[in-house]
Amino acid sequence: MTWVWEHLGDIGGYAVSHALLAGIPLLVGLLIALPLGWLARRYPPVASVIVGGSSLLYTIPSLALFILMPLVLGSRILDAINVYVAMTIYTVALLVRTVADALGAVPESTRQAATAMGYRGFGRLVAVDLPLAVPVLAAGLRVAAVSNVSIVSVASLIGYPQLGYYLTDGYQRSFPLEIGVGIVGCLLLALLFDGAIRVGEWALTPWARAGR
Amino acid sequence: MLTAIWVWLTAPEQWSGTRGIPNRVLEHLGYSALALAIAAAIAIPLGLWVGHSGRAQWIVTATNAARAVPSLGLLFAVAMLVGPRISSDLAYVIPSLVVLVLLAIPPLVSGAYAGVRAVDPAVRDAAYGMGMRPREVLRQVEVPCALPLVLSGARAATLQVIATATIAAAVSLGGLGRYLIDGLAVRDYAQMAGGAVVVALLALVVDIGWGLLTRYAVSPGLSGRAAKPARGKHPAGEDVGRHDAPATSSAVLPTGSEPR
Repeated sequence: MTWVWEHLGDIGGYAVSHALLAGIPLLVGLLIALPLGWLARRYPPVASVIVGGSSLLYTIPSLALFILMPLVLGSRILDAINVYVAMTIYTVALLVRTVADALGAVPESTRQAATAMGYRGFGRLVAVDLPLAVPVLAAGLRVAAVSNVSIVSVASLIGYPQLGYYLTDGYQRSFPLEIGVGIVGCLLLALLFDGAIRVGEWALTPWARAGR
Repeated sequence: MLTAIWVWLTAPEQWSGTRGIPNRVLEHLGYSALALAIAAAIAIPLGLWVGHSGRAQWIVTATNAARAVPSLGLLFAVAMLVGPRISSDLAYVIPSLVVLVLLAIPPLVSGAYAGVRAVDPAVRDAAYGMGMRPREVLRQVEVPCALPLVLSGARAATLQVIATATIAAAVSLGGLGRYLIDGLAVRDYAQMAGGAVVVALLALVVDIGWGLLTRYAVSPGLSGRAAKPARGKHPAGEDVGRHDAPATSSAVLPTGSEPR
């Protein structure tokens, strides 16, 4: 256990870079997935292209995607941008379908009522459809967050420093405690993301707790 | 860069022998199929039983929570703890297989469970009303109706297993991951990228294969070809009664499983 105390500072640093590598792509991915999901919902002919295409991207194994990123981006092999972009691709791939489903889950009667009250187009989307889509969106985001935290650790195989470093280093040194630190760190980080998204959902859906 | 990868991919030594691409593909598929078969034999009956009986639902919760364990960590932990206890050539294979099986179980369990749970209660009642026994209801009604979600669980599990089998090269498993890990060790980017292209193609082809299988295995009377649920394939008016259908399915679909 003394090993853990001695390395607490390093662990914290790695946890922060892990959180950034998983969290920033989560936000960017959501911002990209929102218009794509809306497009898929709005124009059915393109839906299969968008949803199908993104789910094909999701099939690429993470290690392979990390390695192929420099080819696509023209970046250096050890550049962190490779991990950020790869994680954003996975997030978008997971969330596009969620966004389309979430917008589809808004009750038609509500939509018609909003239209009758004078909401239209973009205004209705932002003021009515999106808030009502939050619960389904949050569920998808939680899946994507846990998935991102796990995938990011794979990047340690090609040398990007984050909590996954303790997994590879612990294995190379046959040091179970270090692997344990890596696993527990990832689990705690996943829990943290999950909790943050739950809080966000709670704050954005006041009607869900009204009248109870 | 691209030419170097092309040269690597087309070099004759990549197309023969134990280190050649064909053999690595077969290894990769073999380990993956074995792990999936073992996992399916455990997980699908379990998920069906929990869904059918409504008992021990904590199993589903627990397997879903287990997805948060990073697969790389599980791989290294099992390889370190189990590997040294096996004194044959299998010392490299068994730990990796154990991990692949463990990682395939959660999507399979939740697919089977969600599939049975999603069966229309009216259909189930009708089956009981016709005098079917619980076992018959499960076999003749619930399992066929649950098939789309069972298969989508299997599809997610397959992706997970193929991706993790790639990483398992780091603990000395054969398969296509070898090119990625060995190429990294000797700083041969052409080999790494060439291997990555092959493994990505393999994953795509297998996934498309699952898609086709799902299409033809599921009864046409169900969601299949007769009446496809939502996703805007039908006129907008028809949408009204079903607006909740896609959302429910996405909430239970294991497609968002934790990969790699």
